Amino acid sequence: MLRRRIIPCLDVRGGRLVKGINFESLRDCGDPVDAAERYAAQGADEIVWLNISAGDEDWRGLLEAVERAAVRVDVPLCIGGGVSSVEQARDLLNAGADKVSSNSAPLDRPELIGELADRFGSQCVVVAIDAAADGGGSWSAFASAGRRPTGRDAVAWAAEAADRGAGELLVTSIDTDGTLGGYDIELLRRICAAVGVPVIASGGAGGPRDLASALEAGAQAALAASIFHDGVHTIAEVKQEVARCGLPMRM
Amino acid sequence: MPRVTLIDHGAGNLRSLRAAFERLGAEVEVTADADRVARAERVVLPGVGAAAPAMETLARTGMADALREAPSLLGVCLGMQLLFERSAEGDVACLGLLPGTVERIGWAERLPHMGWNDVVAACPSTLDAALPAVCYFAHSYAVVPGDAAVVAAETEISGRPVPSAVAYGRVAGVQFHPEKSGPAGRRMLEAWLAA
Repeated sequence: MLRRRIIPCLDVRGGRLVKGINFESLRDCGDPVDAAERYAAQGADEIVWLNISAGDEDWRGLLEAVERAAVRVDVPLCIGGGVSSVEQARDLLNAGADKVSSNSAPLDRPELIGELADRFGSQCVVVAIDAAADGGGSWSAFASAGRRPTGRDAVAWAAEAADRGAGELLVTSIDTDGTLGGYDIELLRRICAAVGVPVIASGGAGGPRDLASALEAGAQAALAASIFHDGVHTIAEVKQEVARCGLPMRM
Repeated sequence: MPRVTLIDHGAGNLRSLRAAFERLGAEVEVTADADRVARAERVVLPGVGAAAPAMETLARTGMADALREAPSLLGVCLGMQLLFERSAEGDVACLGLLPGTVERIGWAERLPHMGWNDVVAACPSTLDAALPAVCYFAHSYAVVPGDAAVVAAETEISGRPVPSAVAYGRVAGVQFHPEKSGPAGRRMLEAWLAA
């Protein structure tokens, strides 16, 4: 039976792992390859790296780090952040990424999704959707790390992205991200019902129960950052909680 | 030290597969040169991307003919699909080393079939030493063999079994990514190298 997935997320800048509540107070936390290898050994089903700065120097640093990761990490690696062209995706995949995630560029030019899927296959193409509730029972999609409204309905955008060839959607609630208060379950339910591709839940995990809830709501994978990085919870603890709920996990 | 020749047909991540074999002590040669493939002992045909451009590259470079003669050949993911006669993905003729076709997994609740799933032994094969296992998959097409005897392992997708490993004589293939399947994938590659 296909297992649900637990995915730690690493923020990477210039090939270095960073942590911080806001982008001004980033702290260097070492080599992301060490962290990825450690999480893989602890049972992570996949690793997501988000490149949080897209300057040329940072980009080269990222590619070098991905190359090193491909040699040492034996679970899938998805790289996102600042990917806006077929050439950038090609560079990341050649460096050793298994999937490439993109958020803002497809909102500005939706054709990019089809171009990536035709060239590399849908299984390599993850569209990241940052959504915020608009107060009227729907959600809006945002670009540029949640700063730029696009006027698109997030659920309709999810369906369009899947139709255009996205092989997976990484759905982050801007409202719950960083709160540790749980995912936006209703948003996940709506998007999972609207698409036929796998959905990764993101934004708001405060403990194992939150990841289990997101998976119970229909997400195929749940992503979390701080609960793992801060050593509050291990991947094994999360998996035990999800398994207790009767959902299939790779233990 | 085993020598492994890894085919470069222009799509995707060769680095991880190469590293997986090197971790097992193999000496890995990456090539797109048909002459080198013709001289190789153990050949690995990887696969990310679509069937049609991959077959076009293999035919144009002459590697397709060299692969048909390889003393030991392992296809990975798309590489396993290319071992069969024809793929519905782009409606393209493939290598024809194994009888059967490649069809879209139309009945799945969600596609791609993405994530970790059970790999359960079917017909006896050299991969049995590594089975059963839980391995990582990422694909939307699956093989429909013309002869059930080539199915070395199966995996259930939305209630129906599909072949996840095939083996017949000198030809083998795995639909999952052993290089991304942690210790389970490592055992799979070890079993193939030991055969």
